[in-house]
Amino acid sequence: MSWILVNPILIPLVTAVLAYLFRTSPAGRWISVAGTVVLLFASLILMGEVLEHGVIAGQMSNWQAPFGITLVADYLGGVMVVITAITAMATVIYTLAEIPERLERLGFHALLQVLVAAVCGAFLTGDLFNLYVWFEVMLISSFGLLVLGGSKEQLDGGIKYVTLNLVSTIMFLSGIGLLYGITGTLNMADLHLAVREVENAGLLTTIAVMFMVAFGVKAALFPLFFWLPASYHTPPVAVSAIFAGLLTKVGVYALIRSFTLIFDQDVTFTHTILLWLAVATMVTGVLGAAAMNDFRRILSFHIISQIGYMVLGLALFTPLGLVGAVFYLVHHIIVKANLFFVAGVAKRIGGSTDLSRLGGLYAHAPLLAFLFLIPAFSLAGFPPLSGFWAKYVVVKAALDLEMWFVAGASLAVGLLTIYSMTKIWGAAFWPKHPDGIKPRLGDLPAGERVALMAPIVGLAVLTCIIGLFPEPFVQFAETSAEQLLDPTAYVTTVLGVQP
Amino acid sequence: MELLLALTIGVLMASSVYLMLDRNVIRFLFGLILLSNAANLVIFLSGRLTAGAPPLIDEGAYAPTGVVANALPQALVLTAIVIGFGLLAFTLALVYRTYRSLGTVNSDEMRLAEPVSAPRTTPHPDPTAAPGTPPASDPTLDKTDATTTPTGGEARA
Amino acid sequence: MQSLILTTATRLLVALLLVFSIYALLRGHNLPGGGFIGGLIGATGFILYVIATSVSDARSALRVDPTNIAMLGVGIAALSGIMGAFAGDPFLTGQWLFLFAAEGEKGLPLSSVLVFDVGVYLAVFGGILTLVFAMEEEI
Repeated sequence: MSWILVNPILIPLVTAVLAYLFRTSPAGRWISVAGTVVLLFASLILMGEVLEHGVIAGQMSNWQAPFGITLVADYLGGVMVVITAITAMATVIYTLAEIPERLERLGFHALLQVLVAAVCGAFLTGDLFNLYVWFEVMLISSFGLLVLGGSKEQLDGGIKYVTLNLVSTIMFLSGIGLLYGITGTLNMADLHLAVREVENAGLLTTIAVMFMVAFGVKAALFPLFFWLPASYHTPPVAVSAIFAGLLTKVGVYALIRSFTLIFDQDVTFTHTILLWLAVATMVTGVLGAAAMNDFRRILSFHIISQIGYMVLGLALFTPLGLVGAVFYLVHHIIVKANLFFVAGVAKRIGGSTDLSRLGGLYAHAPLLAFLFLIPAFSLAGFPPLSGFWAKYVVVKAALDLEMWFVAGASLAVGLLTIYSMTKIWGAAFWPKHPDGIKPRLGDLPAGERVALMAPIVGLAVLTCIIGLFPEPFVQFAETSAEQLLDPTAYVTTVLGVQP
Repeated sequence: MELLLALTIGVLMASSVYLMLDRNVIRFLFGLILLSNAANLVIFLSGRLTAGAPPLIDEGAYAPTGVVANALPQALVLTAIVIGFGLLAFTLALVYRTYRSLGTVNSDEMRLAEPVSAPRTTPHPDPTAAPGTPPASDPTLDKTDATTTPTGGEARA
Repeated sequence: MQSLILTTATRLLVALLLVFSIYALLRGHNLPGGGFIGGLIGATGFILYVIATSVSDARSALRVDPTNIAMLGVGIAALSGIMGAFAGDPFLTGQWLFLFAAEGEKGLPLSSVLVFDVGVYLAVFGGILTLVFAMEEEI
């Protein structure tokens, strides 16, 4: 059992080592591709086990639960690993056409694989300190990816990304220290039991808020998101895409995990803060996007606004709200990575990501235009696509609690999302190119065209499948919401005893 | 002893926040170093202090006898120090590279990734903050220098 | 900066530091020492060499790119964890082999823990040198 859990971490790690040692030859990139394919299989096997048993746990090196390193996969953790593998595979295929050999020689693929390993590790770990370690590994590799190549914009964005994220991890570390001080354990399942015996509830709430701030920076919540729009548009598009898809979601995942499993003592206080932060995040994100004039920067701000929906689902703290949060998490990773891929192709054939210097994509690259519309409409929440169901569930959860203002705000944000998608459409796709360029997909070399378009088509098909047949996905999200709200199965599986 | 350590952590945190509010990225980095050390001390302290009792198990025994220091927070601190060291070294290298290529360590002047003059139809929410005019920033720099002395005194006290 | 005393002393000290780093690595299982501190001591040797001569000299003395050493170290550490699979144990479980073991005599204990430590040694050694070389070349 424990090997199934280790595989999603171990495979990318070994791939990273091999890809690094072969980085100067073409073998390196194919090792990277093969690694993600194997990872996808491993994650599907893991998911199969999770579907069969509900929650599975493994103790590394046979140290029993509260003492050793525990890996756990419940429904949420399992599906996040699968989606990570899918995104990683799409990104690696995309990099075949996008990343110049110069960056490959610097070890691009190794960094990417380490990042994937760390993200999988963060989704699977059952220990708070371990989560911190995975966060740091994730940060180191993402720093590397962000500034690899070292253009001025990258360094500029990198500084902001690095400093603010470092502050957040130190905050997280202090929180861990204090939590250990009052409970004496760091195993998350054990913490679930231990926090119930803490007498000083006020101190626990204070620690909860520290965690909220630390994870809030990672997830780009309202007052803490400034590093994201400052840096996400600077690296190569493939890097932007995997960052946009995965990194902030790790923060959201950590929020969901800690605020359902550990900090569910003072829900009226902590989750109310989260609720208003979520609303503010949605609104500021979408307004920021409306003010931007660059393809990728608009998308960066939209990450923030969509994070708001996920956190809103958590903050409502009803079964339906969590269903929405889980569904949104999965849907958003696919859609957002895909939109960044489209932006990359637009840059490739149109020569820029600045909307005033793009155009003619609809006339000359209709396939790309069509493939842009699918994730764009999905992001805005149009009916037959995955985003509609995600938004619908979250808004329904808010309406069930009679939070009219919150529901209204989320609907208005959806409307503004359409506005900025229309803005991209109206500037990049519809009019003629200002420089008279005819951006044609056919002008790309055949191999590169396949490598660039295959991930976009694949993710778009996935979006459509989730949108057209939402039933099994919603049921899945319902089960995972049940597991989150009642972590008895999680706790007993990890600790191996009845609480 | 706990109180002394707690006070030290407080002073470290306060000085680090003061340093991190500076526009100079190098000073921000120094603040970060202090902050990470303060966090390490928090973990150390949360394991409770037991002076002069190393958590060693005698030959042939399976558990230590008597009251010994909690080994786990020390292991955690060690890990955190190592990771923190790596990250800070990386950040220092990054700041140096940035200084070489942008020619500044003032965070206000780092606007390359987010240029101020982006064409906009709607007014910026805070238009006064956007253009970094040198005469406006000079007096604030003087002011931060002037406040250095009280903090230094506080750290000594 | 060229200093005759330093360059002459460095030749001896580098060798001494490298040997000492291996010693620290090997005694690490039961006594203070181990892969991390061993790697640091080993890296110190080459850092001394950089100070006494130059980065390019140190690079050619090292022969292998330090980043390769670091990644190899990570790979070895991962492999030591995988060793548990052959005994049907979870990831990272220590596997022991007692060479020349007799009645009442433990013999020479070899373990996958040592392999892990070697991985850590190489990772730290390579990582620190990568960083120092890069910084030194920048300045």
